[in-house]
Amino acid sequence: MVKLTIEEKTYSCQPDETLLDALLRENVNISYACKKGTCHSCMVRSLDTIPPEAAQAGLKNTLKKHNYFLACLCHPEQNMAIKLPDQSEFYTEGTVVVNDMLNRNTLLLIIAFKDAFEFNAGQFVNLQRADGLTRSYSIANTPQESNTLEFHIRRLPSGRFSEWLHDEIKVGDTIAVSEPRGHCFYLPERSEQGILLVGTGTGLAPLAGILTDALLQGHSGPIYLFHGSREVEDLYRIDEMRQLAKQHQNFHYIPCLSGNHVPEGFTHGRVNEVALASLADLKDWRVFLCGHPEMVNQMKKLTFLKGASSADIYADAFLVTPV
Amino acid sequence: MTDTQNNQEATMSKSLYERIGGEPAVNAAVELFYRKVLNDYRINRFFDNSDMDKQIAKQKAFFTMAFGGPNNYTGQDMRNAHAHLVKMGLDNSHFDAVMEHLGATLVELNVPADLIAEAAAIAEGARKDVLGK
Repeated sequence: MVKLTIEEKTYSCQPDETLLDALLRENVNISYACKKGTCHSCMVRSLDTIPPEAAQAGLKNTLKKHNYFLACLCHPEQNMAIKLPDQSEFYTEGTVVVNDMLNRNTLLLIIAFKDAFEFNAGQFVNLQRADGLTRSYSIANTPQESNTLEFHIRRLPSGRFSEWLHDEIKVGDTIAVSEPRGHCFYLPERSEQGILLVGTGTGLAPLAGILTDALLQGHSGPIYLFHGSREVEDLYRIDEMRQLAKQHQNFHYIPCLSGNHVPEGFTHGRVNEVALASLADLKDWRVFLCGHPEMVNQMKKLTFLKGASSADIYADAFLVTPV
Repeated sequence: MTDTQNNQEATMSKSLYERIGGEPAVNAAVELFYRKVLNDYRINRFFDNSDMDKQIAKQKAFFTMAFGGPNNYTGQDMRNAHAHLVKMGLDNSHFDAVMEHLGATLVELNVPADLIAEAAAIAEGARKDVLGK
């Protein structure tokens, strides 16, 4: 008999039971649906052991790396501590060390921690205000850069959280930060593979982290970054990206503007359309999509139809809560 | 795919799923098949779900079933899962189109003709339940 631990409680799993059946028998509130490994509703995370291989069948490599698995396919081989998807989050207090504007509506926020903050570039965290108001933001830097997290915060019209960050937060203030989440990040494998990064607005944040990480880890295949907005004033980090493209022969940066005023050095058009028109075939490419949810959903399908394997298409389209 | 011709004796007792190449074969087939379906104006509206990952997981379950692999779908599961599509007008012509893509996918993967026929027969067996008849 195997012992399962969730938070402070322990449960037993009989030899002929799946982990999901054991938890259901023990009346643990866990979401599930097909019980066949198809719907992924019962995906949980192992905190202490590597889950059985069979329980990770069909999951993305980045989820496997973080020990996610499907409870319905898992016959535990040893005692396991697991985390359910809806389990309450652990928050760490950080201190604001930088708040500057990146362009007319985007704030650069850097938060420092006492201890190392473990994450993969491209993941996101929840930021929480003292009154409990919480929003998700992508991390824009890489773990190599000391104990800090960098965020790009766009001011949303009547967005309570972004207005608070823009107008009230100062250097020295503290803010609660959740554990990192999401499976949209770079893994150092198949380094000759082409990488396509497509983002709108502050969708650049996770893509910049993923890009830096891939270059640091010596990715040798071509890397294309398409960053788009309507007007040039809403893009940012343009010079830094151009500099990076000069330093790395395999990195190509294409800033796109969908509005009518297009200065020299920028491509006219919607970022997704420009990207698809520029690359003829995406077979064996890895694709990262961030930003406008409609753009992300449409591009998932179109990059797949251009040959990218579904397991190689990454996106974290958490929805913007405007009010 | 597996080396089915050379070792008839040993393979006779194996399931179609094993002879066709198991999960790796399913994964290869699903991607090819789903691209064909999304490009087919006759049927893509039935597959046009905004969450592509979930759609692909469903196609994987379909192929596992068509290959006689591990699944415990009942006829009733099939009816429930496709009822909303029948309301959208799903009929025999659409089922035929899916069968066409199933066959073409397996041909493209060089699956031997006799195994394709077996897989097609299993999928055909779900027609009534899928169409709610």
